[in-house]
Amino acid sequence: MPKLIKLVGQTAEWADDSYLLVADEDPIPGQGDVVLPLARFQAEGGALLDEGRSVGVFLQADQAVEDLAYDLPRLSLVAVNFAKFRDGRGFTSARLLRERFGFGGEIRAVGEVLREQASFFVRCGFDAFEPSDGSTPQEWLAAAHRFRHVYQRAADNRPPAYVERNG
Amino acid sequence: MYRYDAIDKAFVADRTAEFAGQVARRLSGEITEDQFKPLRLMNGLYLQLHAYMLRVAVPYGTLSPVQLRQLASIARTYDKGYGHFTTRQNIQFHWIKLADTPAILNELAEVEMHALQTSGNCIRNITSDPRAGATAEEVDDPRVWSEVIRQWSAIHPEFSFLPRKFKIAVTAAPKDRTAAKLHDIGLILRRARDGSLGFEVIAGGGMGRTPYVGPTIRQHLPVGSLLSYLEAILRVYNRHGRRDNIYKARIKILVAQLGAEEFARQVEAEWEQIDQPSVDLPDTELARVRGFFDTPAFVSLPPKSEAFEAAKAADPALARFARNNVHPHKQPGYAIVDISLKAPGETPGDATAEQMDVVADLGERYSLGEIRVTHEQNLVLPHVRLDDVAAVFAALKAAGLATANINLVSDIIACPGLDYCALANARAIPIAQDIALKFAEPEKAELIGELKIKISGCINACGHHHVGHIGILGVDKKGEEFYQLTLGGSAAEDAEVGKILGPGLPANKVADAVDQLVDVYLRERKDGERFLDTYRRTGLTPFKEAVYAEAH
Repeated sequence: MPKLIKLVGQTAEWADDSYLLVADEDPIPGQGDVVLPLARFQAEGGALLDEGRSVGVFLQADQAVEDLAYDLPRLSLVAVNFAKFRDGRGFTSARLLRERFGFGGEIRAVGEVLREQASFFVRCGFDAFEPSDGSTPQEWLAAAHRFRHVYQRAADNRPPAYVERNG
Repeated sequence: MYRYDAIDKAFVADRTAEFAGQVARRLSGEITEDQFKPLRLMNGLYLQLHAYMLRVAVPYGTLSPVQLRQLASIARTYDKGYGHFTTRQNIQFHWIKLADTPAILNELAEVEMHALQTSGNCIRNITSDPRAGATAEEVDDPRVWSEVIRQWSAIHPEFSFLPRKFKIAVTAAPKDRTAAKLHDIGLILRRARDGSLGFEVIAGGGMGRTPYVGPTIRQHLPVGSLLSYLEAILRVYNRHGRRDNIYKARIKILVAQLGAEEFARQVEAEWEQIDQPSVDLPDTELARVRGFFDTPAFVSLPPKSEAFEAAKAADPALARFARNNVHPHKQPGYAIVDISLKAPGETPGDATAEQMDVVADLGERYSLGEIRVTHEQNLVLPHVRLDDVAAVFAALKAAGLATANINLVSDIIACPGLDYCALANARAIPIAQDIALKFAEPEKAELIGELKIKISGCINACGHHHVGHIGILGVDKKGEEFYQLTLGGSAAEDAEVGKILGPGLPANKVADAVDQLVDVYLRERKDGERFLDTYRRTGLTPFKEAVYAEAH
């Protein structure tokens, strides 16, 4: 099991994972926080939320965040899966969640999650990571902040170069 | 030219430091080649047949003398004394040692250069018009917009892991020297009737195994909206482009599958939802970038140079060079001088370190400090006084760089082919050399006129064979190299994909076949027709008959 790293302000720390990922074929436990695949969330998530439980959605690369828009205010976590690190669709998913839908909960990168991509994740709005390469929070943070400047606005609200120049 | 400020410098320095760390981890064995591959590819480093190849970005084909001298120094110190200019206006070094790459990247950074995004599935170096800022044809300077896109696309957080590589061309002249319609996105600057500046946006062009001339998805995009519109295109592509098959992953496949209209509709719908002011640059930043491309310090000169006219009259070789390599400039008394890297018998696009130094000196002394690289693998001195052309010609001649064959039969585009490339099925360079030697007689080449031959060593089409007036594709037939000829392609404003002439030919028959095709053209042509025009009028038949006559 990969360990969980969370961004806390300007630092990164190991974090306990309170969520249980429930696969399509597994029973949902009677209590505790769960992460459900999208279809299962749509079928069964509402009832769990009504019980007052924290529910997250496990989003595959080909699943549209637009399908979640209506439920987002009730979700505490969206886990975006990177089946392959080369598949960059999850970056779009995260940006849209943050920038277009104003999602304020946790966006977690899961799957093939590599330190070399840390800055891409952070810039697109991810704030939790399950690195598949054994990275520590320190290594993750160093990679995420390797670049002192950026050229575009993204979900992290860093000022792009053209703003810094006029600052 | 654009000059880095402290932010741009820090950005490249950070990138270089990052890659140096990755190389160190690879050399120490901390990471495997498999893990290292995607990292080196983000920095333009390929593993080829014999060695590592480093592809250095030449932003939209512009170089200063200082930069070109640094490239020469790198060629001398870390390679075998030469470099290879590519069809994307970049330069490649083919004999690089992995351990040397951090030092090379540092030396590039010293002169405001890098190898960022010259490989990998990201937005690549922008292609632009090598005559930008020098030709009277253009409505605006395309380098301004190319630089804007370069910065916006640099380590883009969302679009660095696209389904496949992504190439953008920007041009502002009716005569297209960028192959805009064969790019993932082609941007053609125009003025609308009301005088406003906008881009015709073309999407989904490309070569490779399924060539397409890209359709126009928007006639007039206001220039200030460029980045938000690009973001919309890239987002639609990133989400919906195919990722299951590397050969169907380019945007051209998505556009063709959806149809241009539906693709455009999806882009417009996405664009409407984007918070455009947060993406598009403020006018102050556009003005800042534009300031770097101000008109250089031209002096007032008469439109005609008596000295140049006299020198041409006295020297037929100079006169020939002037006819083929010297082009009109927007400023009276100046000329655009093309430097051919296609001397017959040499590798197309190659330049030695000594030649690079010569061109750098000429750029400094005679071209207001500017040098350009063309997508046809030649160099350009964009701002030469007519009075100085004879001196430039003499210096080029001494360096073996005065080949007067721009746009002629021996001005051939060729990929590195099986001599270097791990993907190739066949050699491309020796075929180019055969053809160039066959037509080495300059009188004959001039008689034939404009004829664009393009050669690829495999179906990936790095040599642009689909859009050659004569295209040549190397294929492997049971371990033997064969070459398939196509006719009628064009990468210019009249873009078209060529048609296959007939069965493939063995390597030793290709130059003869080109000769036969040229004979048909010379026999059939009417007044003023180029090879391409004659082909378009007569069709394939007479050409096919000539090449395959013996088989009947």
